[in-house]
Amino acid sequence: MALETIDAAAKRGVLAVQEYASLSGRALGNLFRRPFYRSDIFLQADVIGVGSLPIVILTGFFLGGVLALQSASTLTQFGATAFTGQLVSFSMIKEIGPVVTALMVSGRNASGMASELGSMIVTEQIDAMRALGTDPLKKLVMPRIVATVVMLFFLVILSDAVGIFGGGFVSVIMLGQDGSQYFHTAYQSLAYPDILQGLIKPIFFGLIIATIGCYFGMKTRGGTQGVGRSTTQAVVWSSILIITCDFLISRTLIGIFGR
Amino acid sequence: MTGVATNGATPPRARPSDEPVVVFEDVSIAFDQKQVLEGVSFQVRHGETRILLGPAGVGKSVLLKLTNGLLRPDSGRIFVFGKEISAMREEDLFELRGAIGTVFQEGALFDSLTVRDNVGYRLLEEHISDEETTNRVTEALRFVELEHTLKQFPSQLSGGMRRRVAIARAIVTHPRLILYDSPTGGLDPITSTTIIELVMKQRDVSHTSSIVVTHRLQDAFMLATHHFSTELNHMVPLGEHQADPNTSFMMLHQGRLVFDGTTAELVNSSDPFIQSYIG
Repeated sequence: MALETIDAAAKRGVLAVQEYASLSGRALGNLFRRPFYRSDIFLQADVIGVGSLPIVILTGFFLGGVLALQSASTLTQFGATAFTGQLVSFSMIKEIGPVVTALMVSGRNASGMASELGSMIVTEQIDAMRALGTDPLKKLVMPRIVATVVMLFFLVILSDAVGIFGGGFVSVIMLGQDGSQYFHTAYQSLAYPDILQGLIKPIFFGLIIATIGCYFGMKTRGGTQGVGRSTTQAVVWSSILIITCDFLISRTLIGIFGR
Repeated sequence: MTGVATNGATPPRARPSDEPVVVFEDVSIAFDQKQVLEGVSFQVRHGETRILLGPAGVGKSVLLKLTNGLLRPDSGRIFVFGKEISAMREEDLFELRGAIGTVFQEGALFDSLTVRDNVGYRLLEEHISDEETTNRVTEALRFVELEHTLKQFPSQLSGGMRRRVAIARAIVTHPRLILYDSPTGGLDPITSTTIIELVMKQRDVSHTSSIVVTHRLQDAFMLATHHFSTELNHMVPLGEHQADPNTSFMMLHQGRLVFDGTTAELVNSSDPFIQSYIG
């Protein structure tokens, strides 16, 4: 009995991965097929990118600030408070900026995609779209993937900048450090691989957020309760995959560049 | 209901050609190891209206979704307009569906679009000019007597109005086949009659082939025993013991097609299930 349960669970897991890969692959394949839903991409970019600006700016600023606070209190013990800017910029650009921004965008948009597409599934709007001769993967999924990948890239850059500024604000105003020294160390210590690491991550995270949100939305079953379930699963799985993927990318790039 | 016979003196209309629009050959489908349809075979000829009866949950909607390729059969073959859709790629099906209009159970209107954009969805996708789209949408909405709702959203409409908009969306491109999935389900009797009158109007004015799924007998028999008068602009009874010759019945029971025949054959059937179903 236990074996049967494990067997069934394993089969469900493999099927889910297969369906996820198929949906993502077909949606991305639509990038090169007509019609190209340009206006839908811009609409989604507005919803996902511009709509996420307030949370990204707020979280970025306070994360930078708290990083400066924590770093400074530790560095004081070694008489190295001058390196606060370096620590903040390193952490923000390589890790905190991409990961936290992705998690915030995931919480806001993966859930939004899952609930929106899920509602369309349970009210037969997706079937109606297919019956009207439109491929929902092309019309609904592809624009969300493109918009999330592009907008998350810029949101992360913005979050990094705001975070470093927030760290500077705390260092200068609250900790009485020299602003010029803070920004100088923050800038000077950065190397090309650090920037690269910070810019590669959002591309993968954006893919995860959009494909997971759309996948759980499109496989919604069971009415409004099913929509709620899909929304929760989308946020949970995208968060898990973002952090797992972050580890893998960091390990790979540190292996390649040595930092 | 007994004694209904096909009447040759029905209003003048195109005779159905022999070429079938839809052909089901021994079609079966199961979900989660539960057999929903088993060995279903039937045909829909040009200009013919097939009314599909059966208890709730028997697989009527599944049969419609198989007809426009939204579902694929586990076994058997389905031909629509002579093409085997059960063997077609999804990309090719999108093109074929352009010639099929579908009215979903609850209307399935896009709630974020206005009535105009819902009805004109396919036209907008084909990049037809705004002016022509508006004209054709208005024409389709006039058919269902809802042209004043052009700028409204589905949430602002009543259940019956939403179904009528769904019918307008299905007919706006003048499809060769229309699939109605319980168009009167959950509606009050007066609104149901309005919807059935629209289905009849489409049948008798445009002579479009159709499959009408319903579990409401009164709607089914109204379709079979009335015709739409263009002079009076409403439906009129065909006369005592008369039925529309191009409207016939199918009945599903436990996944199998237990009846396929005319109105007269249905009401005179000796099958115990059919007798109990039609009361």
